[in-house]
Amino acid sequence: MTAPHTGRNPGGRLKPLPSGPRGVLIDCGTGELARACYRALQARRVNGSLDATDLVPGATTVLVDGVEEPELLAAEIPGWVLTDDTEHTGETVEIPVCYDGPDLEAVAELWGVAPEAVGDVHASVEYEAAFCGFTPGFAYLEGLPERYHVPRLETPRTSVPAGSVAVAGPYTGVYPRATPGGWRLIATTTNPGRLWNEHREPAALLVPGTRVRFVKVEI
Amino acid sequence: MSYIEIIRSGALTTCQDGGRPGWAHLAVPPSGAADRPSWRLANQLAGNATAACALETTLTGCTVRAHRDVTVVVGGAPCAVTVDGRPEAWGQPVKLTAGSVLDAGPAEVGVRSYLAFSGGLHPKASLGSHSTCLLSGLGPAPLKDGDTIPLGPSPAHPPLPTQWPAPWAGVSEERVMKLHLGPRLDRFTADAVNELAKGVWTVSESSNRVGLRLVGPPLRHANPEAELPSEGIVAGSLQVPADGQPILFGADHPTTGSYPVIGVVGAGALAAAAQARPGTRIRFVPLPMPQWNEMT
Repeated sequence: MTAPHTGRNPGGRLKPLPSGPRGVLIDCGTGELARACYRALQARRVNGSLDATDLVPGATTVLVDGVEEPELLAAEIPGWVLTDDTEHTGETVEIPVCYDGPDLEAVAELWGVAPEAVGDVHASVEYEAAFCGFTPGFAYLEGLPERYHVPRLETPRTSVPAGSVAVAGPYTGVYPRATPGGWRLIATTTNPGRLWNEHREPAALLVPGTRVRFVKVEI
Repeated sequence: MSYIEIIRSGALTTCQDGGRPGWAHLAVPPSGAADRPSWRLANQLAGNATAACALETTLTGCTVRAHRDVTVVVGGAPCAVTVDGRPEAWGQPVKLTAGSVLDAGPAEVGVRSYLAFSGGLHPKASLGSHSTCLLSGLGPAPLKDGDTIPLGPSPAHPPLPTQWPAPWAGVSEERVMKLHLGPRLDRFTADAVNELAKGVWTVSESSNRVGLRLVGPPLRHANPEAELPSEGIVAGSLQVPADGQPILFGADHPTTGSYPVIGVVGAGALAAAAQARPGTRIRFVPLPMPQWNEMT
């Protein structure tokens, strides 16, 4: 077990903020440090030094919910030095997609590439599931270079089909079920049922920390 | 067959147990009974383990037919209780014989009544819980007329002898809630905190198990342009969207959000919030935010 006390913090100090009588929201400043902090918290939970109901990673934070004495946890957090651990275990999940989304041309224009090239760009990146949110099975996938970050739609769609692959801001993601959505749709995956399966452990295909690649297919 | 049948589902009747805590990292809301103390006490009086699955009604009650002999307790929001048209006790164990029909009437005060059946209800479970989640769609769908729900085996412990009065909490028209300030207090103007201490908010019609939408003096963001990257939120969070009208998040709350949370209420206030019907007035007593970052 790697202790979270070795190495150095790449991005600065962890700042604990109170989130009610049983919660601590750890503001990590950067996404990278939030990932490292989440791994450190998971390790502490496994070795029994942290008792919490939920560990919830966010974009640049980790929420620790359901702790008996949050002030004790808060007191030790600023002293933590996290390993800049870029080692990833586990395999990369591959998601076959067809680049046929209704916003493909608009995204191509924003990116300054030909519509046929959107898939090449999107499928060339290795992503990491930074955190989950929005609906069970939806992961915010990080990795898109900054020049490909696009704003959300001004008016969200009232229904986005299950399996739609979308981009917005620094993220890409796949809608596991039909929901309203404001991201720009560039592709479709053939098997959206794979993203969330209650009878599988874990139910989500893309849990925080999962590496993801999109593989271009023709349908 | 050992089941109950929904004769009248009312405005919204759902199956609720202790919910599915521990899955928030996969965007799974906690769900479970909105008014935990009432749900627990109803189960206890029915002789169940306190975490058993019960029916949760919304404002208009519901009607069920028992298809075996079973003891039921109707608790939570007070309402008229009848069995085959005859008045029965609210908040107490009532014996139903197979075929009889129990009606839990509209809530006289509050919002949610709980119908706990001895043996508990056993609808489809998902991630270990029988709770309906309105936000994620996990668990059984909200109940419709004609639905049937399996009953569990009668508990080893018989229902408790009738006690009078049962220790039910009252439901009031005005609520005062302690609010633990933070985590994002620094995202608000100083005026917003003053406003929190003296303002009165009214529960809006568009409130549900996801949260209470509150209407009152706006709580202004210090920098309306500043974006907040998505972060985890807890049940009881008072989140403030750009328009300054707060949402008090309940059992089916989203696991992450990108509007700042100005403060969080504790479990007791959360249960009270679950019984606050539209029009209820809510006041907050802000509790100072601990200065954790100055300790080192």
